[in-house]
Amino acid sequence: MSDIVLDLQSLTRRFGPFTAVDALTFCVNAGEVFGLLGSNGAGKTTTIKMLTTLLPPTSGEALVAGFSVTTQAVDVRRAIGYVPQAVSVDGSLTGYENLLIFSKLYDVPRREQRSRIEEALEFMGLTAVGGRLVGQYSGGMVRRLEIAQSILHRPRVLFLDEPTVGLDPIARDAVWKHLIELRANYGTTLLFTTHYLEEADSLCDRIGIMHLGKIAAIGTCEQLKMSFGGHHSLDEVFVHYAGTALDSGGTLHDISAERETAERLG
Amino acid sequence: MTSLPNAKRQSDLVSLKTMTTSILYPVTGFVEKTFVITEFELRKLRHDFTELITRALQPALWLLIFGQVFSHSGAMHTGNIPYLDFIAPGILAQSVLFVAIFFGINVIWERDLGIVQKFLASPTPRAALVLGKGLSAGARTLSQAAVVYGLSLLLGVKLNWSPLALLNVVMIVVLTSTLFSTFSLIIACIVKTRERFMGVGQVLTMPLFFASNAIYPTEIMPGWLKVVSRLNPLTYVVDALRTFMLAGTTSSFGVGFDYAVMLIATTILVLIGARLYPHLAT
Repeated sequence: MSDIVLDLQSLTRRFGPFTAVDALTFCVNAGEVFGLLGSNGAGKTTTIKMLTTLLPPTSGEALVAGFSVTTQAVDVRRAIGYVPQAVSVDGSLTGYENLLIFSKLYDVPRREQRSRIEEALEFMGLTAVGGRLVGQYSGGMVRRLEIAQSILHRPRVLFLDEPTVGLDPIARDAVWKHLIELRANYGTTLLFTTHYLEEADSLCDRIGIMHLGKIAAIGTCEQLKMSFGGHHSLDEVFVHYAGTALDSGGTLHDISAERETAERLG
Repeated sequence: MTSLPNAKRQSDLVSLKTMTTSILYPVTGFVEKTFVITEFELRKLRHDFTELITRALQPALWLLIFGQVFSHSGAMHTGNIPYLDFIAPGILAQSVLFVAIFFGINVIWERDLGIVQKFLASPTPRAALVLGKGLSAGARTLSQAAVVYGLSLLLGVKLNWSPLALLNVVMIVVLTSTLFSTFSLIIACIVKTRERFMGVGQVLTMPLFFASNAIYPTEIMPGWLKVVSRLNPLTYVVDALRTFMLAGTTSSFGVGFDYAVMLIATTILVLIGARLYPHLAT
């Protein structure tokens, strides 16, 4: 099971004179849980947007499940699931309806739709509330529904942009419990960004620390800690690689969007 | 051994079937996805239909207040049709326009959440996302048509009740709303924020409305405005609505031409919208 499912080759994105992602090159293996860390504005979200075909790269290439993000975008979209940082389910529909629309958009065969939706609800612990309007869900339930929505078509890779932002510790644990089961049951590869280092430390097979659009360090948490002699915490490793304060990126709009998300979920 | 040819034929059949579906897929997939988007937009109404009621208020006020005043004053000369009859189709077109032109605010709202991003990361054709939303806006405007018909009946407007005429009115109303809500979606894709969008929306509605034949005949306009009104799609909408809604009227431009203008404008706008919609995710 060492198939490469994500292959980034000098992936670059510029916004005017600002290089948000700078010649990013790394691979993620099938079934791996990969955490992308870094300060605000380090280029994590831009990277995810390019891998999910939402943003075309300025140069470079990435293969997702073997398909090129620049020339085979529709094939990439079929192979992936995406949970954006902001709330992406519709509050004026029920949980079940939110899943139904995506099962149709992803061409889940009609006679399988119902069973897939019920399975996804069950898997995310939402069976009891599937018929309720999402507007009445708690923050943790909304996140779990978003994950349920993005796994209906059994994607090979699931991208999650700060899946636990704004959640209380109990809701956060529940989200992670389900994500880890997802990998165990379906072999789904997970790539996620987070600011919570303890999450990365306990859950990731490997992490990449981004700084100024580049990968500053990559490896298992143990490897990264050992490279500093083994008696440093992941926090200290992180500060070493991503520590300098960033003046670029992380604009007011990004930050207010992030806080709004946290507010909606909390 | 005997089962082999059979199995082969079956696999041939299967591959033939997948081949034809894959050839037709761009078309069938597009139509199917468009209706999926429309269906779910309409399901939202089932959970909250206050929108349908607030929509109905605007045409009622225009017909009951503006229409009554001008009809009594006799200030507008509309030939052999009474003024109230003349503006009933105009008010329907106007109320469809006024709601459709602010449709884009929902799109910006969905962008500020993460809904647009999630749809764009799915394999749904972009044009299906845009057209599906436009059609749902069209279906919502039917409540406005019902109100205009109800009030027209009360006010004594001579309506054409033939089923064919009614069917045409329904089609025109849905098409008009699709046209202008897609236009609104394009503006939303360009300005991207609620504040700027509201400004642009306000600026656009009044000229579209007043530079048309909705509440007065174009004959009373100065020459330059007449030219503008001929370039305004709303003029053709009103012309077609007037032809089908009222008994004993004839079209100024020909309903075939009216339909052609509406269909071509909608198609062009959907294509532009499909190009611009992905920019919302960046």
